[in-house]
Amino acid sequence: MTTRPSYAAVFATFARNSLVRDMMFRGNFLIECGTSIAWSAMNFCFYLVLFHYTPEISKGSGWTKNPFFVFLATSMIVNSVLQVFILPNMDRFSELIRKGDLDFILLKPIDTQFAVSFERIKWSGLSTTLIGIALLVYGLKNIEFTPGPIEVTLYIVYIACGVAILYSVIVSLAAASVVMGRNQTLYDFWFSLTIFSRYPMEIYTGRLGTPLRLGFSFLIPILLAINVPARFMAKPLARGEGALAGYAIIAAVASLLMSRWIFKRALRGYRSASS
Amino acid sequence: MNSSTSRILVWWTVLRISVEERLIYRADFALGTLMRFLPIVTQILLWQAVFTAKKPGESIAGLSRDNFVAYYLMVTISRAFSSMPTLASSLAMEIRDGEIKKYLIQPIDLIGFLMLKRVAWKLVYYLVAFAPFALVFTLCRGFFPGWPSAPILAAYIASLIMAFLIGFFLEALIGMVGFWFLEVSSLLLVYMLLNFILSGHMFHLKLLEEWPAVDMVFDALPFKYLAYFPAAVFLGTEQGPALVQGLWIQLAWVLFFATACRLAYRAGVKRYSGFGG
Repeated sequence: MTTRPSYAAVFATFARNSLVRDMMFRGNFLIECGTSIAWSAMNFCFYLVLFHYTPEISKGSGWTKNPFFVFLATSMIVNSVLQVFILPNMDRFSELIRKGDLDFILLKPIDTQFAVSFERIKWSGLSTTLIGIALLVYGLKNIEFTPGPIEVTLYIVYIACGVAILYSVIVSLAAASVVMGRNQTLYDFWFSLTIFSRYPMEIYTGRLGTPLRLGFSFLIPILLAINVPARFMAKPLARGEGALAGYAIIAAVASLLMSRWIFKRALRGYRSASS
Repeated sequence: MNSSTSRILVWWTVLRISVEERLIYRADFALGTLMRFLPIVTQILLWQAVFTAKKPGESIAGLSRDNFVAYYLMVTISRAFSSMPTLASSLAMEIRDGEIKKYLIQPIDLIGFLMLKRVAWKLVYYLVAFAPFALVFTLCRGFFPGWPSAPILAAYIASLIMAFLIGFFLEALIGMVGFWFLEVSSLLLVYMLLNFILSGHMFHLKLLEEWPAVDMVFDALPFKYLAYFPAAVFLGTEQGPALVQGLWIQLAWVLFFATACRLAYRAGVKRYSGFGG
């Protein structure tokens, strides 16, 4: 008998348990789905209002109404994946540290980062994914550029890269809980930081924007998380953007490795709070 | 010691303890405060980008790029007064867990206690946030038309205090729904959603003037007094009779929610059953 746990089986158990828990409070589940859909709808309405007043976000960028809806859809899809699988877990990581409950996870014969990252799944968040896919289809129907199978494949690959980059950011932020004792505003941190990824790169110009674009492309590469996949679908790659796409893969791998290192280092500083 | 002196002493002690409690996890708190400024940067850059696609001097709903940026900055101040993180959820949790019975057997008023606690939290917040606020506003002073006159400044301060009171009573009221439903998290999500949009936090409410029916709905609700109205007072968007009328309406909402909150508490306590030690 092997002592190595089957990660797929453990993940399936996590998923099943979370679904059972969600279905115990069906009314709450439905309200959560409704609220997620309403958030997405309001976000969409904001841009509808914006494009009522302007033809384009940033002159010459190509982000007119429908290509931008592809961008917005990509943002919804990437963020909803994180909201479903990662955020509910990272949100409670701080309390695991503070109350000493992390002991129980450390004792389990499974990778701690895996157990901490995926134990809870918020199924209601998938409603945002569906809205994102619907908006993607709507946006694509109304643009001149038709993405082929290569673009669609690359889109899926870069969605995965985007999720990996943003996951790395939240794991690194969550690891700060070990040092700080409490990190209740983790969700605020994550939201405030990753909000930069939710806009096209072209808005980051000038004295304030250019350093941010460079910093969020090369130091903490969150700008690539949505911009790169959205470009594959919304418009043909321009000259020089191929290099950006290559770099996004490297950035995703490097982010995962870096966050893994930060998480492991942070765990070394963990002291149980239990008696 | 007479009764009013001892009462003041009790409230002063509550305030002092709440300030100390808030300062325990100050690193978390300070970081959280600083992070709140980051979304403003994206708003500045977004509106700058939007205006690059317009002709020079062209406005959107009568507002220039600078007006939009100044508005978002002022909304941050409004929100610093009117937002009440965790108030409703922690109150509902205290009702559910039975902790609320301590307020019923001790000679202290729950609503007054919660308000003092919130005042203490806000004071610590302003203390921590003063430096980042000062830095951001100094860097962005070019977006503002200048300081308003003394009467406008007084009206602005009054609108901020009333925004705090509306925010407090409204969230406390939501928390008190816990006497009837125990779980209020879903209701809170709906409230947060409505607040984000209807208060003018998401976008300048003047953008809606082209849709009068929608504009009328936004006007009839209390949410705009949490963020939009104080910002509009400072920036001169609301002037003259409209400003005075707005302040009266805001006061009416304060009284409405204060009364509703008090009545809900009284009715809730009548329903409440506490068991165990």
